Amino acid sequence: MSLRLFLPRDTTAAALGAEAVARALDREAGRRGMSLELVRNGSRGLFWLEPLLEVERDGERVAFGPVTVDAVPPLLEALATDPGAHPLCLGPVREIPYLNSQQRLTFSRAGEGDPLCLDTYRALDGFAGLERALGMAPQDIVSAVTESGLRGRGGAAFPAGIKWQTVLDSPGEQKYIVCNADEGDSGTFADRLLMEADPYQLIEGMIIAGLAVGATRGYIYLRSEYPRARDTLEQAIARARAEHYLGGAIRGSDNGFELELRLGAGAYICGEETALLDSLEGRRGMVRAKPPLPAISGLFGQPTVVNNVLTLAAVTTVLAKGPQFYRDFGVGRSRGTLAVQLAGNIRRGGLVELAYGATLRQLVEEYGGGTCSGRPVRAIQVGGPLGAYLPESRWDTPLDYEAFAGINAMLGHGGVVVFDDTVDMARQARFAMEFCAVESCGKCTPCRIGSVRGVEVIDRIIAREEPAKNAALLRDLCDTMEAGSLCAMGGLTPLPVRSALDYFPEDFPPGVSGEVC
Amino acid sequence: MLQFYEPEQDYGTPAVAAGPPVSLWVDGQAVTVPAGTSVMRAAALAGVKVPRLCATDSLEAFGSCRVCLVEIEGMKGYPASCTTPVQPDMVVRTQTEKLAGLRRNVMELYISDHPLDCLTCPTNGDCELQDTAGELGLREVRYGYDGANHLGAAKDESNPYFTFDASKCIVCSRCVRACEETQGTFALTIQGRGFDSSVSAGQGEAFMDSECVSCGACVKACPTATLTENSIIEQGKPEHTVVTTCAYCGVGCAFRAEMKGTRVVRMTPHKDGSANEGHACVKGRFAFGYTTHRDRITQPMIRDSIDEPWRTVSWEEAIAYTARRFRAIQQAHGRNSIGAISSSRCTNEEVYLVQKLVRAGFGNNNIDTCARVCHSPTGYGLKTTLGESAGTQTFASVAHTDVVLVMGSNPTEAHPVFGSRLKRRLRQGARLIVIDPRGIELVDAPHIRADYHLPVNPGANVAVLNAMAHVIVSEGLQDDAFVAQRCDTDQFSRWLAFIRDPRHAPEAVEHSTGLTPQLLRDAARLYATGGNAAIYYGLGVTEHSQGSTAVMAIANLAMLTGNMGREGVGVNPMRGQNNVQGSCDMGSFPHELPGYRHLSDAATRALFEGEWNVALDPEPGMRIPNMFDAAIDGEFRGLYCQGEDVAQSDPNTQHIQAALAALDCLVVQDLFLNETAKYAHVFLPGSSFLEKNGTFTNAERRISPVRRVMPPLAGKEDWEVTRDLANAMGCPMHYEHPSQIMDEIARLTPTFRGVSYARLDALGSIQWPCNEQTPDGTPIMHVDVFVRGKGHFALTEYVATEERANRRFPLLLTTGRILSQYNVGAQTRRTANSHWHPEDTLEIHPHDAEERGVAQGDWVGIRSRVGHTVLRASITERVKPGVVYTTFHHPLSGANVITTDNSDWATNCPEYKVTAVQVSRVTEPSAWQARQQQFDRRQQQLLVAATAE
Repeated sequence: MSLRLFLPRDTTAAALGAEAVARALDREAGRRGMSLELVRNGSRGLFWLEPLLEVERDGERVAFGPVTVDAVPPLLEALATDPGAHPLCLGPVREIPYLNSQQRLTFSRAGEGDPLCLDTYRALDGFAGLERALGMAPQDIVSAVTESGLRGRGGAAFPAGIKWQTVLDSPGEQKYIVCNADEGDSGTFADRLLMEADPYQLIEGMIIAGLAVGATRGYIYLRSEYPRARDTLEQAIARARAEHYLGGAIRGSDNGFELELRLGAGAYICGEETALLDSLEGRRGMVRAKPPLPAISGLFGQPTVVNNVLTLAAVTTVLAKGPQFYRDFGVGRSRGTLAVQLAGNIRRGGLVELAYGATLRQLVEEYGGGTCSGRPVRAIQVGGPLGAYLPESRWDTPLDYEAFAGINAMLGHGGVVVFDDTVDMARQARFAMEFCAVESCGKCTPCRIGSVRGVEVIDRIIAREEPAKNAALLRDLCDTMEAGSLCAMGGLTPLPVRSALDYFPEDFPPGVSGEVC
Repeated sequence: MLQFYEPEQDYGTPAVAAGPPVSLWVDGQAVTVPAGTSVMRAAALAGVKVPRLCATDSLEAFGSCRVCLVEIEGMKGYPASCTTPVQPDMVVRTQTEKLAGLRRNVMELYISDHPLDCLTCPTNGDCELQDTAGELGLREVRYGYDGANHLGAAKDESNPYFTFDASKCIVCSRCVRACEETQGTFALTIQGRGFDSSVSAGQGEAFMDSECVSCGACVKACPTATLTENSIIEQGKPEHTVVTTCAYCGVGCAFRAEMKGTRVVRMTPHKDGSANEGHACVKGRFAFGYTTHRDRITQPMIRDSIDEPWRTVSWEEAIAYTARRFRAIQQAHGRNSIGAISSSRCTNEEVYLVQKLVRAGFGNNNIDTCARVCHSPTGYGLKTTLGESAGTQTFASVAHTDVVLVMGSNPTEAHPVFGSRLKRRLRQGARLIVIDPRGIELVDAPHIRADYHLPVNPGANVAVLNAMAHVIVSEGLQDDAFVAQRCDTDQFSRWLAFIRDPRHAPEAVEHSTGLTPQLLRDAARLYATGGNAAIYYGLGVTEHSQGSTAVMAIANLAMLTGNMGREGVGVNPMRGQNNVQGSCDMGSFPHELPGYRHLSDAATRALFEGEWNVALDPEPGMRIPNMFDAAIDGEFRGLYCQGEDVAQSDPNTQHIQAALAALDCLVVQDLFLNETAKYAHVFLPGSSFLEKNGTFTNAERRISPVRRVMPPLAGKEDWEVTRDLANAMGCPMHYEHPSQIMDEIARLTPTFRGVSYARLDALGSIQWPCNEQTPDGTPIMHVDVFVRGKGHFALTEYVATEERANRRFPLLLTTGRILSQYNVGAQTRRTANSHWHPEDTLEIHPHDAEERGVAQGDWVGIRSRVGHTVLRASITERVKPGVVYTTFHHPLSGANVITTDNSDWATNCPEYKVTAVQVSRVTEPSAWQARQQQFDRRQQQLLVAATAE
């Protein structure tokens, strides 16, 4: 009987040496005359353990990690004798506390098997939501999503049901579903993980969205920096089409849905939905003024649903298990689960899916295990490069959109980047402005010119040139950018800048902190 | 219409199509606007100006400058007033302390990257950035001026008319959007991202090397000094403006002549001009320098023979000399031995006077106009079928068109401002059929592609139109109800029997048309079934031996499908020159009195006889070709030619030259010593459109005022010269102002009854018919009933031209126009427009070139049955194999040395569009060109002798 092993094929595992491990396994097994079946699964998001090798034994999956090439021969040796004795053995994968304490809805299938195998997907309850949706009226699908309380996972947290309702109610010759897979925030990887580990869930979610609003065409706008996600999605789309999940008649029904993958060209701003639409139309990615809302006049001027990868994926759970099931997770107006991505200077980086309401401290300390450097955590940036830097005093804030808004911060796409006590927060404030300057589309003045002036003013503060006066100017600039910018790029850049000034005044020259207005 | 210089009223965002009324409050003022209107525009309508930089009401709202932010009750943040649509009962505040601070801070950012050279800046005093900074009270730039900036950006001075100074750019994208939305060329873009964003012509090219067509829309849209006319850079801001009408093509754009004293500093398209609505092209906008060119002749000259030097004389002497010689010729050779040619470039009043001089003073009807050689078939064809010799629509009507059929017309080159309007509609999704031997720009332009391009063989237009009609009736796609109600049904039955005949089927005419039957059928179906369908046609339809037949076939198609009498449909002749419509209206055909009334009608004659106090000859006079033939025969000996250069523009140049040389007395009235004037005995200096008052009538029957902005260089407006000549010939005329001439026209012409200078001042322009029933004019004709009563389906048998390709002349030459040059080029060649088109070339397909060993830029001889000339070859697939193409903007090109005497059967309009030729590589100019060069040199010497006196 051959031994069945699982080794992730995803980007992170590959970056940590999974391909070399796979070759070593093949080579060593050959040398020993062992019969191995190596399944390249998706990652479970326990990146600190990658490459995470799993061995199927007695219907149970035992984990080893992180596996190196050198560890392969003794590991194969141990597999034949006493696997549990091997130093890399983590025990049954499901019992790893990091994983088994999570509330995985969207990422429940991640790592279970070959991401491209439709049988595996179906065996793990895949397409249950679609089957349901095929028997429902469009309004009923939209209502289910509304009732579930699902909010957009891209960062803005707009209620998905309301967006869908607008598209459903808007007349249009050809409506579209657009998946925003331009995951550009620093420290985020949940979209990529999902697309590489469970691509059919996204496809299923998009088909459901199409059925809900009457859209027969969909586009996934994927950042070009995700080549593995691209390969996975392309193959998944082809296989789904071959089995008639996509095409003119979804599973023999009267409904059709065509799906295409499109690649971005390296602009952060194209993650902003209107710039994304411009780019998708073949134009230069520039932010459009709203109104009109994309839901009314979006891609090619037609009613368009633009949702993040995780939003569309979550819809499958809502449909499969009902809105109430989904709604039962979470707190306040933040319902369901949030995929937190732990990154930066952290010991146990990876994906943690939990119902809304956990605290940052729980995540960083209990899951993350503190910093990778071993030094004390000093600042945590939540929500990508436009999110606030939070000091310890704010780490007990529950992960909830409204609670975070209450402390002038945001959850965004759930990226959590940890900094230890060597960080210079004045440099981080500068970086926020610099990031805006580099990534601004250049359309509106506060963002285009303001971000450049912001860098210059912070440089003057750092150089102790009239720090108080320049800090006041910086605050005024932040107000102008926030109130005057066309989109969230310029509008949110003040968040990290102000949080650095407010929470970490000691990193700025004297006089700066006193200027809070 | 004189007003002190100030910018035109700008509402910030365009008006929206009428929607349900929405009432709101702006700074406490109640205002009601159509739904969909922006808060900014609503505020402007309430008299509240919201500061702005990236918004202007000729462009869609963009929302980039963030200066127009306002507060709206119930809305969070500070929405941009330009991109926020009004809502019922909205309460908007445009002036609060918070807004003032925000706007000032945004302005501060702008100014932190802007040169502080206002006092020496070309647009000092005429700059929206400067004005807005002033409005917002910006007093300091806290960022200092040492930060990153674009102050060192290089200037692009490649365009002869304007300069692009990137150091002054605020990246509002108004220029880019104007190029896209207003002009439709898409030559400009924003390059780079964020702070590096910069306006770029093409992909970082110089403006002149890019696809820019120099229409000036970007310059007009620029709120700073970034894009500025060179004339403004050189001379500064104008001090007053006068609204007038462009003297180039038949679009008839309204312009503001922006003046310093009597000097034109700049011409800017007038927003309130109904024909152009604030847009212009490289000719009207920039090419006005000819009016003060050193070649202008400003003193009358006479000579007894064309071998003699010119003598400059007083006006009195020139007029007396002319009158004496004309009367002497008539005494010796009869009343009919003299005549006149009026010009489509002159005003209605001037044309009217010339025909009056001929009919009342010469005592004959030997008056013809240059429309003879362009749109006379339109006059005949539309009069016969519809009852009026004019286009049926307004230009604005195209905004309601679903299917556009362009035939033998090249709007983006020849009628660029209408071309832009058309392209806008096509970008909105209207379908397009192009029937043209050549791949004109519309066939494949940015964001535009013709659904069907029918590259018809030159000369087969009627076969194509008949085949389309055949497809429509054989497939039952016609509008029976319209035909039954609006058309002469007996005649329709006859026509139906005619058109149903299988000889008109696309399959039967495939050989003559050169078009696959499927293509023809598809085009016919689209025209008949695609919604509102409008036909735009030009000289590619009229200038054929069957020009009149083709015009009638076009009218038939429109009637057959019910595409008449409302917005978005109709038959639209694209008039070449500024006043083709008007010169025809004014009775300058030998058989018609003003208003297209035939001379044979005794009642009409009596009307004019009463007013003019003379007896009129009831017999039609000579057409232009008859005049030339008669001149060669010695029967026609005196010609008064006003503002027309027949020696260059009319076909078979050598024949024309022989005729002119045979005249005893040729009187030419023109701005320049043109080709015709080289054969003249009297030269009467003309006045340009800037030097006189009058009216032009454009292709949509729009009568627009031409206003004098500077005194005539030669002391007289053209109508005064004609008046003086009439008086000298014993035909009394007492006009003191052209308005009196218009009053006489209105008295005598039913379609002009309500037209007067006072009404024109009040309305801006008037589309005739304008009378008691339609005091404000008539935008759309034939609404309930055709002018002739019932629409007439003329039988349009296709008869192939005799001009066919054969072994000796295997190629067919066709001719056309180019954007930068105008007609014979007398005006545009004396401007920087020649940078774009320094010479005429022969377009030839690569296959035909290859067969003849012709390479790009080679000299090639083009030989027809009547002549031979030499041009450089331009190898292109825009023409199909077997067809070659050229323009006639340069006199020495001799394009008309090759064109023949063939002409339209009904009107004698020359067949410019079909000449069988052979093309071969040569090494020297043709014999004609060599002779012409010598003749030209000699005549220039004879001129120098005069002007040196």
